[in-house]
Amino acid sequence: MNWDQLFFLRHEILLSLLIVFELVADLSDSSARQSLVNTTIVLFAGLTVAGFIPLANEASLFGGMYASDDLRILLKNILNVSTLVFLLQSAGWLNQSQNSYKTGSFYLLLFSTLLGMYLMICAGDFIMLYLGLELATIPLTLLAAYDHNLRRSAEAGIKLLMSSAVSSAVMLFGLSLMYGIYGSLHFSEMSQQGAMGGSLGVLALTFFIAGLGFKLSLVPFHLWTADVYEGSPLPVTMYFSVVSKGAALFTLMLVLYRVFGQFTGVWSLLSYALAVLTMLIGNLFALRQKNLKRFMAFSSITQAGFMMLGFVNPEALGMNTIIYFMLIYSFSNLAVFGVLSIIHNRYGKEQIEDLNGFYKTNPGLSLILLLALFSLAGIPPVAGFFGKFFLFTAAASRGLYFLVLIAVLNATISLYYYLLVVKAMFINPNDQPLPAVTLTGAERLALVLCVLGIVVIGFMSSIYGYIQTVVG
Amino acid sequence: MNPLLYLLIIPGLTVAGITLVKDMKQVRLVAAVGMSLQLLWSFVLLYWFYQLRAAGHTEEMLFVSSTTWYEAFNIQYKFGVDGVSMAMILLTSIVTFAGIFASWQVAVLTREFFISLIILAGGVFGFFISLDLFTMFLFYEVAVIPMYLLIGIWGSGPKEYSAMKLTLMLMGGSALLMVGLLGIYFNSAPDGGPLTFDLTEIARIHIPRDAQLFFFPFTFVGFGILGALFPFHTWSPDGHASAPTAVSMLHAGVLMKLGGYGCFRVAMYLMPEAAHELAWIFLILTTISVVYGAFGAIWQKDLKYINAYSSVSHCGLVLFALLMMNETATTGAILQMISHGLMTALFFALIGMIYGRTHTRMIHEMGGLMKVIPFLSVVYVIAGLASLGLPGLSGFVAEMTIFVGSFQHTDTFHRVATLVAASSIVITAVYILRVVGVLLLGPVKNEHFHELKDALWFEKLSGVTLVVSIAAIGLAPLWLSNLIREPLGQMLHHLIN
Repeated sequence: MNWDQLFFLRHEILLSLLIVFELVADLSDSSARQSLVNTTIVLFAGLTVAGFIPLANEASLFGGMYASDDLRILLKNILNVSTLVFLLQSAGWLNQSQNSYKTGSFYLLLFSTLLGMYLMICAGDFIMLYLGLELATIPLTLLAAYDHNLRRSAEAGIKLLMSSAVSSAVMLFGLSLMYGIYGSLHFSEMSQQGAMGGSLGVLALTFFIAGLGFKLSLVPFHLWTADVYEGSPLPVTMYFSVVSKGAALFTLMLVLYRVFGQFTGVWSLLSYALAVLTMLIGNLFALRQKNLKRFMAFSSITQAGFMMLGFVNPEALGMNTIIYFMLIYSFSNLAVFGVLSIIHNRYGKEQIEDLNGFYKTNPGLSLILLLALFSLAGIPPVAGFFGKFFLFTAAASRGLYFLVLIAVLNATISLYYYLLVVKAMFINPNDQPLPAVTLTGAERLALVLCVLGIVVIGFMSSIYGYIQTVVG
Repeated sequence: MNPLLYLLIIPGLTVAGITLVKDMKQVRLVAAVGMSLQLLWSFVLLYWFYQLRAAGHTEEMLFVSSTTWYEAFNIQYKFGVDGVSMAMILLTSIVTFAGIFASWQVAVLTREFFISLIILAGGVFGFFISLDLFTMFLFYEVAVIPMYLLIGIWGSGPKEYSAMKLTLMLMGGSALLMVGLLGIYFNSAPDGGPLTFDLTEIARIHIPRDAQLFFFPFTFVGFGILGALFPFHTWSPDGHASAPTAVSMLHAGVLMKLGGYGCFRVAMYLMPEAAHELAWIFLILTTISVVYGAFGAIWQKDLKYINAYSSVSHCGLVLFALLMMNETATTGAILQMISHGLMTALFFALIGMIYGRTHTRMIHEMGGLMKVIPFLSVVYVIAGLASLGLPGLSGFVAEMTIFVGSFQHTDTFHRVATLVAASSIVITAVYILRVVGVLLLGPVKNEHFHELKDALWFEKLSGVTLVVSIAAIGLAPLWLSNLIREPLGQMLHHLIN
């Protein structure tokens, strides 16, 4: 192995060093731990920046187990940026007294999952992908159960563990069928061999998609989502809905487009069905939610349904729009959760009705939430509109206008419940709205980043252009 | 820089200015200055437009500029105007100007009110100057969404219900529209070559007939919902009745016109074959709109509901005339858009002012207002007369042209539709005169009405602006019809052949 090749692994190596750092820091005395949050954020910001340094990226390491190219680097960078915003937003929560003693372990677990996600994205082989997936999942269950003295948090952890185990099993079953068909689990070898195995191959592919469908919370694999989102601490919910979902989406995308190019008929049809089901069921359940975390759970299920629209187009356009949409979705969702976690940290409130009259006392936060919700609903001029429009374009370019119609009608339905939150903040009367909030520097920075993302990405066509060049 | 862009920059700067100033008085001052500048600039553009035409610039669109935005989808910022859109811009700036003064006394969240109102107006301006379907659609949604907050926060009555109903129905319309637009886009290069959202480019090519037949209903209904096409008009009475004054004015006066404009400029112009084949369906629907709206207005007791149903009727007439597809009728349609826009804005402004004094909108609770608030009452009568088509005011010019145009079709179907629609003139007279009789004439019903004060300066300004515009069209319609005749001729040529 050539030592230069270590540069290809720069994300993984830096993150591993960070994990070791957290492990050591966690051993130190409590006074040092106070500044751990800030140190970690700074270090991770360094890592994020380092990820953007343009170096030669095309490589295949460890006998093809690990692959790196511009696209994968971009995907990891998107995850990094989301994680950075997440770290800024969760800082307040970690500094609270009842959590500070376990800050180190929180970061340790968190970065382990991120490392797992890197490996999922950079896998050149299904074994590697599976290892990454497990690394990304098991620490996540611990994070879900992080408020272990709360019953619902512990319950969320167990639920996530059980359902992840089932989904892993389903996926492994699919993978073992594939091994039986192809005699190999190497991506490059599999994609060269073309469609094999007839209906058995289709079955294997379906199991694989189902396995990742759990992570993406596509209907009908979504049943764990609402409970886990509600039970987990709010920052962890945020991580689930943005980073973890993003990694699963990117992995699914890379595998389907790059490895199973010969099965496009099968998986674009499956995506069609999954998209319709997911959008519809997610919407219908979101309509009635009163709890903001459950609300966001169903909202993010619906958004996953929209993402599946991109998959019905097996050409590069599909990939472009999926990545672009995920990027915008990340910023929008992070902004929503950012505001929610600010409220939750201060007042412990998480019902929609708690937001009544919020605009009176906190106009700035209300406007940010408004923008973010409009972005999720796909209302111009914020970025969500562009993301959705292009996804619909990807579906329409295959002539699937009926699917587009279902999707846009679903977008209209989703507007209804996003407007309910807007209504609570701006219209509903309340004599005692939540008092005004003073933001910490980290929260402010995080919100500024999110708003920038929501407002700017749509108008900067160069961002889409860059994704397009990278996808090739 | 393209002079049209100032129509977006001025509202943008006004909004920025409003966020900077301190109290309510300064906010409305900034808004008034901004929208006066906007009005002024529209007139400058109109004059400029005439000059260019007189100097022999015969291109379809003037002030055209285009910059590539999303290269991958061939989306451009492309702006330009012809006579029709010029007329709509003028209408929008007059109504916005009047709307600002009609909402001079908004006391709750003044800043937010004016910001939302100006964003709404900005969206409409953006829509009328866009020549790219994508940007057009973008501005369409920008114009619709502030409506939710405007009605929900500053509205009256069942405002939350109305706001949600209006927003969802209009967004449902834009959902259909999106399918239609994507359909047009992917059929915009039947012989290969790059796909385009460019309106003028697409007009030059021929979209395959099957595609036209499939996508025309989506596009037409999508815009038609905003134009209160029966049976998708139900958002309109509730929405208008609950909205605050200026929002009703802008919405009925301008935003509903955006629907008619879109139906013509996008649906019919780009898909002429389908327009011919399917016109009969929509002609039946619009005829129903016209008559149903008029009858609906008769039954109402609330002034705003009366005017909202009357808007359904009049906007139905716009679509009705467009679907007649001959030069006289379509000219009438555009005139009706302008005329109704001004008239209905005036109505809503007056209703708002009367409501601000009497605190009721129920006609049977009022009476004899002519004695206590003569200025407002006289203006109300003028608006009413314009609405029922009295010669000398804009309504007459518009309706006359429409019915003369539609009578040029000699077949039974068109004749019957024309006769049925024309009957709405009589019904309109009934409900207008009834309201004038009950509301303004007769004895003063309520003692406390004697203490009412007549219009204040800003109310007079708002009312007079609109009355002058209505009279200007009524007395000298030629400057306007000449402005719109030429582009309509070109579009109809395309539509008929």
